[in-house]
Amino acid sequence: MARVVVDVMLKPEILDPQGQAVQRALPRLGFDGISDVRQGKRFELELDGPADEAALARVRELAETFLANTVIEDFTVRVENGPASGNEPAAETVQAAS
Amino acid sequence: MTARIGVITFPGSLDDRDTRRAIRLAGAEPVALWHRDKDLKGVDAVVLPGGFSYGDYLRAGAISRFSPVMETVIGEARAGLPVLGICNGFQVLTETHLLPGAMLRNNHLHFICREQQLRVENADTAWTADYTAGQEIRIPLKNVDGRYVADERTLDMLEAEGRVAFRYLGMNPNGSLRDIAGITNEAGNVVGLMPHPEHAVEPLVGTGGTDGLGFFTSILKKLVNA
Repeated sequence: MARVVVDVMLKPEILDPQGQAVQRALPRLGFDGISDVRQGKRFELELDGPADEAALARVRELAETFLANTVIEDFTVRVENGPASGNEPAAETVQAAS
Repeated sequence: MTARIGVITFPGSLDDRDTRRAIRLAGAEPVALWHRDKDLKGVDAVVLPGGFSYGDYLRAGAISRFSPVMETVIGEARAGLPVLGICNGFQVLTETHLLPGAMLRNNHLHFICREQQLRVENADTAWTADYTAGQEIRIPLKNVDGRYVADERTLDMLEAEGRVAFRYLGMNPNGSLRDIAGITNEAGNVVGLMPHPEHAVEPLVGTGGTDGLGFFTSILKKLVNA
């Protein structure tokens, strides 16, 4: 049993009006010093078995084909309390280092 | 002998009946298709109607894309079957990658429902042959996820290949890049757009005009003359 977390975020170049709306509300609510907000999705997947490399490969396939639309979104896959991997450049570095 | 045009009903489709009615008014035979049924009943063309299939959960069109009927539609569309996606149907077509790019929340975050002026940019597709290139039409627009996006390279390719089929005129209602309201695939058999031609086919309802009827007469002529 393991929990795998998939985070999905709009690519940096894609306009995120929902994040902007949140950001614009912050000063009125007394939260200063936050220059940008981007909104994404988090999926928590409970695996029946261990989060081994085969299981993670299946989750990455699931994330790439279904949970994220890679035309507009990046995703990361990580075992809860483990290193991340996905299609984001930073995440790839983490994966290579692990 | 007339053409048989299928209209798929997904859970959450709203405009399937209006679309079947528009097909009948154009002189073709509408055929109701069901999302769980892989069989297309031998239709000559397919329309993916507007609505909120599967509640737009995850992303608009993301779950419909994996429905049994779409497995068949995707294969047949690649083989040349004419497919028109209207609004939610356009979102399904981008999720299947039959059409490039993606649809996102309107830049102003509001649902919008209005009459929309469009320019028909490409009158050579299976669904636009009854229009002339440059023709201006007015049909209803109603959506919240209507912002068309694609990377610059894709946008340049679409423009260079004449695959921007419709452009918004007057105001850009949702922040779509380059005012794109609809596009076509390379072969011209798969077309998607956000506004609703099926709501502008008779004087009594919708815009009171019939500017949308040309979509359905275009495909009928193509199929009957084929």
